Amino acid sequence: MTTTSGSSFINVGERTNVTGSAKFRKLIEQGDYQAALTVARQQVEAGAQIIDVNMDEGLLDSERAMTTFLNMIASEPDISRVPIMIDSSKWTVIEAGLRCVQGKPIVNSISMKEGEDAFLEQAKKILRYGAAVVVMAFDEKGQADTRDRKVEICTRAYELLTEKIGFPPEDIIFDPNIFAVATGIEEHNNYGVDFIEATREIKRRFPLVHISGGVSNLSFSFRGNEPVREAMHSVFLYHAIKAGMDMGIVNAGQLTVYDNIPAALRELVEDVVLNRRPDATDRLLEAAPRFKGEGAKRKEADLTWRETTVAERLKHALVHGITEFIEVDTEEARQLAEKPLHVIEGPLMDGMNVVGDLFGAGKMFLPQVVKSARVMKQAVAYLQPYLEAEKRASGLIEMPPKGKIVMATVKGDVHDIGKNIVGVVLQCNNYEVIDLGVMVSAQKILDAARAEKADIIGLSGLITPSLDEMCFVAAEMEREGFDVPLLIGGATTSRVHTAVKISPNYKRNQAIYVTDASRAVGVVSSLLSETDRAGYIENIRQDYTRAREAHLRSDAQKRRITLADARANAFAVDWKKTRIRKPDLIGTRTFVDYDLAELQRYIDWTPFFQTWELQGRYPRILDDNVVGAEARRLFADAQAMLGRMIAEKWVSARAIIGFWPANSVGDDIEVYADETRQSPIATLHTLRQQMARENARDRAHTALADFIAPKSTGIADYIGGFAVTAGLGEEEALARHTTATDDYSRIMLKALCDRLAEAFAERMHERVRKEFWGYIKGERLTTEELIAEKYVGIRPAPGYPAQPDHTEKATLWSLMDVERSAGISLTESFAMWPGASVSGVYFSHPDSHYFGVGRIERDQVEDYARRKGWSIAECERWLAPVLNYDPSTLREKAA
Amino acid sequence: MTAKTMTTPKIHPAAARLHAAAAARILVIDGAMGTMIQRHKLSEEDYRGDRFKDWHRDVKGNNDLLVLTRPDIIRDIHAQYLAAGADIVETNTFNAQTISMADYGMEEIAREINVAAARLAREACDAAMAKDPSRPRFVAGAVGPTNRTASISPDVNNPSYRNVTFEDLRIAYKEQVEGLIEGGSDVILIETIFDTLNAKAAGVATLEAFESMGVTLPIMISGTITDRSGRTLSGQTPTAFWYSMRHLRPFSIGLNCALGADLMRPHLAEIATVADACVSAYPNAGLPNAMGEYDETPHEMACQIEAWAKDGLVNIVGGCCGSTPDHIRHVAEHVAKFKPRTLPVIAPRMRLSGLEPFVAA
Repeated sequence: MTTTSGSSFINVGERTNVTGSAKFRKLIEQGDYQAALTVARQQVEAGAQIIDVNMDEGLLDSERAMTTFLNMIASEPDISRVPIMIDSSKWTVIEAGLRCVQGKPIVNSISMKEGEDAFLEQAKKILRYGAAVVVMAFDEKGQADTRDRKVEICTRAYELLTEKIGFPPEDIIFDPNIFAVATGIEEHNNYGVDFIEATREIKRRFPLVHISGGVSNLSFSFRGNEPVREAMHSVFLYHAIKAGMDMGIVNAGQLTVYDNIPAALRELVEDVVLNRRPDATDRLLEAAPRFKGEGAKRKEADLTWRETTVAERLKHALVHGITEFIEVDTEEARQLAEKPLHVIEGPLMDGMNVVGDLFGAGKMFLPQVVKSARVMKQAVAYLQPYLEAEKRASGLIEMPPKGKIVMATVKGDVHDIGKNIVGVVLQCNNYEVIDLGVMVSAQKILDAARAEKADIIGLSGLITPSLDEMCFVAAEMEREGFDVPLLIGGATTSRVHTAVKISPNYKRNQAIYVTDASRAVGVVSSLLSETDRAGYIENIRQDYTRAREAHLRSDAQKRRITLADARANAFAVDWKKTRIRKPDLIGTRTFVDYDLAELQRYIDWTPFFQTWELQGRYPRILDDNVVGAEARRLFADAQAMLGRMIAEKWVSARAIIGFWPANSVGDDIEVYADETRQSPIATLHTLRQQMARENARDRAHTALADFIAPKSTGIADYIGGFAVTAGLGEEEALARHTTATDDYSRIMLKALCDRLAEAFAERMHERVRKEFWGYIKGERLTTEELIAEKYVGIRPAPGYPAQPDHTEKATLWSLMDVERSAGISLTESFAMWPGASVSGVYFSHPDSHYFGVGRIERDQVEDYARRKGWSIAECERWLAPVLNYDPSTLREKAA
Repeated sequence: MTAKTMTTPKIHPAAARLHAAAAARILVIDGAMGTMIQRHKLSEEDYRGDRFKDWHRDVKGNNDLLVLTRPDIIRDIHAQYLAAGADIVETNTFNAQTISMADYGMEEIAREINVAAARLAREACDAAMAKDPSRPRFVAGAVGPTNRTASISPDVNNPSYRNVTFEDLRIAYKEQVEGLIEGGSDVILIETIFDTLNAKAAGVATLEAFESMGVTLPIMISGTITDRSGRTLSGQTPTAFWYSMRHLRPFSIGLNCALGADLMRPHLAEIATVADACVSAYPNAGLPNAMGEYDETPHEMACQIEAWAKDGLVNIVGGCCGSTPDHIRHVAEHVAKFKPRTLPVIAPRMRLSGLEPFVAA
């Protein structure tokens, strides 16, 4: 049921195609449209995001068959919820299809084979009907086979479409033709490479277009040998996707994971697909029969636990997270059981209960539970067909889950590691979890909750704007009449925020802050228990009321001084005595494909363990009495994966840094293009501390602008900026190296990308100090010293304590064209995508230091709004987490 | 490669004025026509007039016919709405295409009704503009959904059957839109869409009519969420509906009818986030009571619509069933002080839809 955001590759279901599926063709020929609908439904259920419908068969009345089938689909909401791909080589059939679908479909395909006029005429009609279009690389001279011909035809088609009739580039999908390789004809050997290279070039020229292809053509000469064909498809896709292919008509269920192809076969297939040696075809032909019978044999280690009863073995596998024998054992248990359901209710749940008990007793740790869940999922997945068969036979309903939780990372936020962990923990306790993924709007969450009849809604978020979005979701729940508990979790959320800001928006039921994943099961089970619920909620209510009151009281103590006073006590630098070094590099520099191996030693592992909710500092945590053993196992797994990530380049790291002349003006920092320091090319805004201190002279009221020489001094000062990511290809890596059910590996991979990104920021900062700015050329610090921030200068990040305003990232983005140069984009809430990214500003002054702005008063909000060109309300929205007052109460008073 | 500019069609002067007005303020569209006609308690004879006194079928209830037989009443209703503060008035042509007119055997005069209706609205707008030249007023040529659905089978036993096809609709709509343009419409408004496929046919027809008449007018699109499921009758979510229509590059997209303002809000908010066109909303005056009457007062309705304006959700507001010039006057007053919604910048992505939206990464 989990809908995790997988790779960005779009799977088009291929089974409702009379040319590709003999079964479907027979059904259509016999007029059995009901059964044909089942084929369509299965595809959608199996995860096809779009379904391809093709009725091109010589003996069929294709127009009628297309019309009838699409009309039938329109009556089936389970199917018609996804877009249709209207697939035909005949224009009349395409047009018949376009007249049947209310959604926005894709037309597959048109080409310039009959010249430009016919091509544009058809494209113009497609634009009027409202559809995206697949354009075949086919012109008056024929189908394009070489890279250059493919690129040439697609370029011509692109220019015609976009310039002559204004076709939106993002709605153009090129199919540069996948032809069979290894046919024995030498000219065919390079066809795979031609497609891949054409894809790369087309995507480079026209980044908004999509690239698709019919992958099964490639392996035509190996008909009858499925293992080899699948390996070829998998290898081909692996390389084509890297080059930019982002859509394919494939039987997704049948694809093998690239990494799971036996190494010997992979090598042979790769030689063929990439045309790496002249005798590649012969070698694969010769070896192919050996792989025909699916030869992967496993060596069974003779382990004592294998000699116990099947129930014991299942329990052992669950508790120890061993997937190796799970299907064999499950099958054995199934044969012994009266009904397949009893296997779940009996030995599997017994095993999971042991896991639950051990977890509750603190004897198992989160990573282990996640592994257990992986085993459980695999066992249940194995039983699924039997359960369904029995359900059909007896009309029985399967064991109802204990409750249903709809979860999402809220709109504008992309962080989901924590949410995924909570989801897994709940699922292995037999709660049904509907995970809507990341960046989910309030309406979508509530629609899903209503459609699924959710018992509980869970919201997650990491960045501060998400807090407001959560308040909004709560208010929408109130308005739309929801009456289910609302769980709140994620890094910036807190009990106090939930009590003070979220709960008051949702009075009908209760918003509840969940500290971490280990608490989720307890909270959910209390909420869903008939007997405990009322008392539990009452306790929360009392607790939150107290929290609110305490917050109000402390509010009164949270005295702030005026902005004017704070400025008068700014952090003082004696500029006359400061020697400012001009950066060796002025302007920007981009780093593509940065060596991951170099970053390894800069990793700060402590937060990695926190991700898994293991508390303690690295490396001491490895010897901890309580969590040490688990931490060591986790660390070993992480090292193993990291090793492969680096060796096999699972992800790529990119960075951009830049340095400019700069001077401060008040609390702002003006950034200049050159030493004339005339008109600024950008202004970085900073916020100033306003907390009242016993003795104002004790400590300054600092703003980042204090670390840059004021314009009035006439001193030439400089500032730097950076954005780094180690998350490029993360989605692809998830798709390639993990399966959707393997949460342990997925979370591990994401956590490692995050660590690499932080390490990258650390390493880049070091190089900046030593090489690019060069103000401490001889610095020698250990990793521990770097983590302890022993270096000179700082690199504060927008959205963090020294500058809590996330929107400042936009200035960095425009200064350095970060999206283009480093491949990192900003969401509407100014979160970075990919999530494994870090950005910030470099200050070199020896007195610059990290600090927290803390809460600010309305006078600074007004001043800041004016400087940013915002309305007060806008300013209050972006700075909500650091306001020292409640804007709504202020407004009420004013009204 | 340099980005060449596309050949832009000549912009119609009314279109330029409409864009300018929409940038300056929240525009107000008029209220119900049917509700106002009902007040006159017209008889079969009134509907027939002289011209159709011997018509072979009853025509009472064919409201669109009144543009020919009682133009005085229709012109006056337009004038009342304009006086109440409407910037846009809709032609009285909700059913004026051959498919709906077949109910009265009046397919032959469908085009004529459209021309006459647009002229009446044109006269009323011109009169209002003569009085106050500082404020432009616009005639929206109204294109209704017809009484048939192209993507739903009326026969439970035969789900692939349709009692109207895309082509039937396209032909009927093309004739209607040509009539509306001839009569002087400033905008084409495809409204009360409960089946997106009908609206897509209207879209193709409208573009074809623009071509045949040699003009390009702004297009307004307004769908109908029929119940609390938050879907159109044909099952689409608001976002999916937008993705199905955005190829027309409409001036506005929005919702009307079926719901009162309170229930319309979440769906409107959804459209406001995804659409890079103006957002319009003209709800019913509440939901019909047990007597089938709409009893939301002008003040109540205006307060709810004001909240949308305040939250920056809308560019165009007005009323549908049950609303009157009084409702529109209140609405206009309540939204006057708010800025129109700023159009979001939507990243170019392939955005497809079935019943639900699909966005390529």
